[in-house]
Amino acid sequence: MRQFAELVQTLGTSTKTNEKLDALSEYFSTANDKDKVWVIAIFSGRRPKRAVNSTQLWTWCNELAQLPGWLFEECYHAVGDLAETIALLLPEAIPSDASYPLHYYLETLISIEKQDEAIRKAFILRSWQTMTQPERFVFNKLITGNFRIGVSQNSMVNALAKTVKLDPSVIAHRISGNWDPMATSFADLLSENTLTKDYSKPYPFYLAYAIEDDVNSLGEPVEWQAEWKWDGIRGQMIKRNGELFVWSRGEDLMTDKFPEYHALRNHLPNGVVLDGEILVAQNSSSSQRGDEVFPLPFALLQTRIGRKNVTKKQLTEAPVSFCAYDLLEYEGNDMRETFLIERRVLLEKIVKSINHPALLLSPLIPFSTWEELANLRSQSRNMGSEGIMLKRKDSIYQVGRKRGDWWKWKIDPLVIDAVMIYAQKGHGRRSSLYTDYTFAVKDGDKLVGFTKAYSGLTDKEFAQVDQFVKRNSLEKFGPVRTVKPELVFEIAFEGIAASNRHKSGVALRFPRINRWRKDKTVNEINTIDDLKKMLELYGK
Amino acid sequence: MPLIEFSDKGLYCRAGGFYIDPWKPVDKAIITHAHSDHARWGSKYYLCHAQCKPLLQMRLGENNYQAVEWEEKIFVNGVQVSLHPAGHMIGSSQIRIEVNGEVWVVSGDYKIEDDGLSGKFEPVKCNTFITESTFGLPIYNWKPQIEIFQNIRDWVCRNKELGKTSVFIAYSLGKAQRLLQCLPEIGLPIYVHGAIWNAHQAIVSSGFQLPDVKRITYETPKGSYLENIVIAPPGTEGSAWMKRFYPYAVGICSGWMQVRGTVRRKNADAGFALSDHADWKGLLQTVTETTAEKVYVTHGYQAVFSRYLNEIGIAAAEVKTEFGNEEEENSAAVAEAQETIDNNQ
Repeated sequence: MRQFAELVQTLGTSTKTNEKLDALSEYFSTANDKDKVWVIAIFSGRRPKRAVNSTQLWTWCNELAQLPGWLFEECYHAVGDLAETIALLLPEAIPSDASYPLHYYLETLISIEKQDEAIRKAFILRSWQTMTQPERFVFNKLITGNFRIGVSQNSMVNALAKTVKLDPSVIAHRISGNWDPMATSFADLLSENTLTKDYSKPYPFYLAYAIEDDVNSLGEPVEWQAEWKWDGIRGQMIKRNGELFVWSRGEDLMTDKFPEYHALRNHLPNGVVLDGEILVAQNSSSSQRGDEVFPLPFALLQTRIGRKNVTKKQLTEAPVSFCAYDLLEYEGNDMRETFLIERRVLLEKIVKSINHPALLLSPLIPFSTWEELANLRSQSRNMGSEGIMLKRKDSIYQVGRKRGDWWKWKIDPLVIDAVMIYAQKGHGRRSSLYTDYTFAVKDGDKLVGFTKAYSGLTDKEFAQVDQFVKRNSLEKFGPVRTVKPELVFEIAFEGIAASNRHKSGVALRFPRINRWRKDKTVNEINTIDDLKKMLELYGK
Repeated sequence: MPLIEFSDKGLYCRAGGFYIDPWKPVDKAIITHAHSDHARWGSKYYLCHAQCKPLLQMRLGENNYQAVEWEEKIFVNGVQVSLHPAGHMIGSSQIRIEVNGEVWVVSGDYKIEDDGLSGKFEPVKCNTFITESTFGLPIYNWKPQIEIFQNIRDWVCRNKELGKTSVFIAYSLGKAQRLLQCLPEIGLPIYVHGAIWNAHQAIVSSGFQLPDVKRITYETPKGSYLENIVIAPPGTEGSAWMKRFYPYAVGICSGWMQVRGTVRRKNADAGFALSDHADWKGLLQTVTETTAEKVYVTHGYQAVFSRYLNEIGIAAAEVKTEFGNEEEENSAAVAEAQETIDNNQ
């Protein structure tokens, strides 16, 4: 555990990618095999289930530290991370020379998951009492959740590739899909043979960068294929061995969440893997042609995510389809090395032969000049799309985010000028700075809050706003400060939908601060009517 | 009538007709220590500790200063005043005031651990204690200086192995001198920013022994920093001035570095929780040892610390002051000066 805590410390504070890679490679060449498997699991989002919840953790910490609850909360707001707060508050440990390995803690946590609370508590307290402060931090972090500590899955894959001398794309594929860190050995995980056993295993996704230059620099339009860029969840649909699996890009198995797809199990041939978008689309029976796609706002899809049991009402109001745009496996063969244009022919053949409302084909946009495409792009929003995807017709399907063959060409975001009315301290690297803001537009003489935004300012600007908040707080509600409505910001967002959960009646998609309008006063901001107009135009 | 009132100019002793660390110009000021949020310009008379005087001269220029030793009793308008070591920085003092057997103590900034430079902190028994609370949360508990110093030296050696310069960010007055207690043992040359050089000279000329340092100027050849040590004040991080040290690693020395988020936000390669303020346990221990019946809590986590004191049966109230902004002011001033220098180049 000590070695892992050191690794996390280095990854968390290092500001250079190369140092992080070196630290990971060092770990992969020196740690024991079982720990390595767990590190791969953790950094690819395969954390074990919570054996204890956050409330239990902090209650036990308070018992040991003998602090009142309110004081713990104050500390939490100053630190901005529960695992770290607890590590800082626990009384000094009894120093122990022996450090148990990482896998011991993780596997014990799994084994006691269903046991009595007393047993789980005893294990947590015993562990705390023999750990150094950095070990306690990572231990708590493993229990409480998202292990975001400044390293991407990509860096982990690259470091591992370097250590075991395999190509990163091979590693990415081998560690994808369904595997149990407790039952998988390091050698098995990286061996070729495991692929045949796991029918659910997805391919690593190929991701596009946003195009920065003029599209004209891409060369001849005839070499490129254009599609609408959909705002759903990127997904992979797999039919193998008579079974159907649907993965999200976050590598969550989502098959059971979308019963609409279950019928496809009988229609799709075996040995087929499709890449596409999970979308709420208008029932295509209302449109005459099967290949037309009219997606509804992302907000509707959100009503379906995170729900285990889907009601009939939801199925009618927010029916989910899979909008396919690529074919990765056909007749059991990996198709990723063939050209896109050939994959597309096969894809169209499959989707058309099935002709089922749950499986749509992402249509191609015909165009002959870049100007023509630019005009079409400006209508993206009317198509329910957020821009255009450009893919080279002779591109192979690569691994991860790569430049060159695939580009996303998004439309400019919607923007609105708003005033900051509430501020709250941030988390992680922004703890103790006021960086989470709520914004309002005008409603007659009043202000009405309509969105929060957390990003888009530079560190320097955040520091300035933080100073403003500290000097201009009006009231205090727990961690939230109401602030004198004075600072005006341009808020950018990708979409807008009606919402009865928000006072303003609207919910925004991906809101962020576009820029600080120091040139504007609160009298010059937009109004609730402006928002409603946008909703009318783009939110239906 | 309380011995000290909280006025808009600062802590005011009506009976003695003086202020303690006033933030506006007054006739008579008693100064706890030379940091900019406690010692401000414009007063007609300053009373301070003998070691504090040269630092005030450096910061505020020539003024009417009276210097006293610790525990030396003096009378101001019939009020008995004495200064007691606060352990915060060179010449830092707590101010004890006594009238008719009633005793009030103003802590200024203080730390419990003897850093070997600032004088050993002594709790002073009193009826009313006015305490700082910069680190008044239980997450702030310092490791012993000896342990932190070892971590610092290990870090410098590791940087050297990697072919990097070690750049420390430390307050020019206080933290920089404290670092000089730790670094010479490694045996590498130490280069300092002009602001630290000035403080260094003022302290040395008042008779203190400090290790040798070299001033960083535009004449210093760029190669001389490599694998050696640099100390710079807050505000220089990420500035163009830093480029000359490349390749380097930045280590920030401050109590705030106790929290990972702060280290990451400051983009530091290392954070050392080396503080000149009392930690949570130090604050509690001091409040208890003063045996004060009433505690006023100022700059820092005053709401939290006073609430906690009340809950454990010590009558306490929070007081708003204008102390505790030094870090920001200082770094802003340095950054500004830096920009001017850079623009003129």
